Amino acid sequence: MIAELGHYFLVLALGLTVIQAIFPMIGAARGSDRMMMLGQPAAYGQFFFSLLAFLALTYSYLISDFSVSVVARNSHSLKPLLYKISGVWGNHEGSLLFWVMFLALFGAMVAYFGKGLPKSLRARVLSVQAMVGIGFYLFMLLTSNPFDRLSDVPFEGNGLNPLLQDPGLVFHPPFLYLGYVGLSVVFSFAIAALIEGRVDPAWARWVRPWTLLAWVFLTIGIVLGSWWAYYELGWGGWWAWDPVENASFMPWLVATALLHSAIVVEKRDTLKSWTILLAIIAFSFSLLGTFIVRSGIITSVHAFATDPERGLYILVFLALVIGGSFLLFAIRSDKLQAGGLFAPISRESGLMINNLFLSVAAAVVLYGTMHPLLSDAFFGVKSSVGPPFFNLVFSLLMIPLVVTMVYGPHLKWKRADIKGVNQRLMAVTGIALLAGLMTFYVTYGGAIMPAIWIGIGVWLLLSSLQELASRIKLFQAPFKDSMSRLRRQPRSSWGMTLGHFGFAVGLLGIVGTSAWTIEAQKVMGLGEDMTIGDYRLTLKDVIPVAGPNYTAVRGIISVSPKNGAENGEIFIAYPETRTYVSSPITTTEGDVKTTMAGDLFIVIGESQGQGRWGIRAYYKPMQVWFWIGTIIVVLGGLISLSDRRYRIGSPQGQKASRKMKHAP
Amino acid sequence: MPLKRFLPLFIFAGILIAFMIGLSLKPSEIPSGLINKPVPDFSLPPLQGDGIGLSTADLIDPENIVIVNFFASWCGPCRVEHPALELLGKLDGVKLHGIAYKDRPKNSLSFLKSLGNPYDKIGADLKGRVAIDWGVTGTPETFIIKNGIIRYQHIGPIHQMQVDDLILPIIKNLQQEGAS
Repeated sequence: MIAELGHYFLVLALGLTVIQAIFPMIGAARGSDRMMMLGQPAAYGQFFFSLLAFLALTYSYLISDFSVSVVARNSHSLKPLLYKISGVWGNHEGSLLFWVMFLALFGAMVAYFGKGLPKSLRARVLSVQAMVGIGFYLFMLLTSNPFDRLSDVPFEGNGLNPLLQDPGLVFHPPFLYLGYVGLSVVFSFAIAALIEGRVDPAWARWVRPWTLLAWVFLTIGIVLGSWWAYYELGWGGWWAWDPVENASFMPWLVATALLHSAIVVEKRDTLKSWTILLAIIAFSFSLLGTFIVRSGIITSVHAFATDPERGLYILVFLALVIGGSFLLFAIRSDKLQAGGLFAPISRESGLMINNLFLSVAAAVVLYGTMHPLLSDAFFGVKSSVGPPFFNLVFSLLMIPLVVTMVYGPHLKWKRADIKGVNQRLMAVTGIALLAGLMTFYVTYGGAIMPAIWIGIGVWLLLSSLQELASRIKLFQAPFKDSMSRLRRQPRSSWGMTLGHFGFAVGLLGIVGTSAWTIEAQKVMGLGEDMTIGDYRLTLKDVIPVAGPNYTAVRGIISVSPKNGAENGEIFIAYPETRTYVSSPITTTEGDVKTTMAGDLFIVIGESQGQGRWGIRAYYKPMQVWFWIGTIIVVLGGLISLSDRRYRIGSPQGQKASRKMKHAP
Repeated sequence: MPLKRFLPLFIFAGILIAFMIGLSLKPSEIPSGLINKPVPDFSLPPLQGDGIGLSTADLIDPENIVIVNFFASWCGPCRVEHPALELLGKLDGVKLHGIAYKDRPKNSLSFLKSLGNPYDKIGADLKGRVAIDWGVTGTPETFIIKNGIIRYQHIGPIHQMQVDDLILPIIKNLQQEGAS
């Protein structure tokens, strides 16, 4: 009964979405207020019914209603509550429902907070948002109904792949989806602006919080996935350039570019059609990601069950949405007048170069991901480019990007003085060079790239601090003055400082862990030991343990310094290998000792007989820097998001809001 | 209206065409040059004292449909398809053999010990030479063989759902083919 209601709500939501798509658009074209006003109630109603549908599916999962096909295929009555809930969006049908529910929520938010928007712009944004929505509702109802019933009701569900039963993965997909859907709002604003034929700083201020929100969600989503891979897959990898990882990375790169180019539109009223194009591309990549995951066109471990009918539907949908937008862009973008001019060396140029490299990076990822398909489709050759390609290209491409990150924030708008900046950066550059040289000296005989990268990372780290210091006139003005300047820094500029600083910290982590990871493995009996790096591992005991839906073998491994085990142990590691009840899969739960210097990652394999176990250990230098860096970056995004001038629903700039205070 | 504004549209059209072709290709179902050809000649040693190895003769079996699966302990997707293989290995009239591809026998053995061993016989292709003859591009890859003739090649992991939708119907067809 509940499932049928859910299906019914979904159809109702579709009906309201059609209204939301048609009337505001016509109203905006004819200047009819009444038709435009229909957009808001339709958006609220659509959200209400899609939420009800989502709750109906969640309810089916909670009570383990195995007559619902999706629940039977993906859930299990013994599954912990958390995973029953996450199961709702852990599959093709449910994730679509999740998508569309948030699409409706964001539409409703535009309707609610958009009171300050020009009427016609708001109407058009809501209409475009609804058109995208229609595609998703139809996709669900025609090819992937989450409320399909089974005629023979099974006693027990199939269960969720135990690898996916992990807290990191509970929140990884929803954050990604929120990022993708957030970009849909930016997309709707871009299309609406193309139809209006007008992009101005107010438009950019409107788009910024949405871009930032989507970008923060995407960042969190990607990092959670990476963190899950690191802890759960048991080989200490955190990024593998898998097509599905790439599919989330491409919109992130473009959204990062968009974030920066929107600043130029806002401050200098220029780079308009480029910004619009980025907004379209960012969302196109989100849709493309959806397509890659669900059509089976590129093989990946992540893929959902594939179905040619679905693939064809998505392809037509993509052609309409993306092709239509690009066509609109081609016809209408010359209406956008460029504003302020700027010199080749200026903040604007810095942001443009940053955009260029981020876009090239996205194009490279697109090419690498599509390569197997392209060579197969056009040349009949099966081949793929693999991680070495991406690693090489990125390690080269990121250098100029970081250079612009170092210089950009120091440059003034319109025209900047590069000599002055060079002088200001002299000390920082010196220290960075020193850091690079020292790394080269310490690792002499090894690869040279890591040393270069350490230097570059340190350079960015320090220059972002120096930029803050010069903004608050540290050591130039009395200390008290500097502190009060520090307090008065707008939150958006905190966002930039933290964003760049965190990026540098994360970058150093990436360099450390990818360049100097060491690995050791040994089959050990009780009491035997092995060494890795500066550590000595002694296998003390191996005991069986029982969890809620698994049994496990747990190793007790004492870790002490390599030289002088008698000095006592540093800590005891408890790695586990779990075997799940519902499926014959084992998962490894490595035990990780994290220090700033590096992670010691210990994994226990299965018994090798005669009381011996295979133990694997990794030492991953500076791994934690990567996680800390991403946390700082996300923090920067959130702080920037809370900037009063840019809050969602505040179209006026600082000046305007100041004026309003004085108004009677 | 400058032409460069159409550039994004053209690039997207190109991608779309590739997708359209790709959709009909299905990377995991592409017919291989070996389909309907006899299995290549080979003879592989066992995994360190475990069994007797695997050779061409094992694959020419008039009574059973033979499935040959290339796997490796270092391959993530192989773990994903493992439950599917366990299922196939238990079928009546089906013999499942494994070829460990470029994998240290020690690692293959511990891989099989922790996940279960679905294979009847296993050959160790240490250097990947035999895999070249089979036209294997990467692990996992699976071949379905009848009377020593390769009838189907599956590239990439066999997903749980593909067992029912794809693999079982193929096996059933091949079995009926012989009966008539």
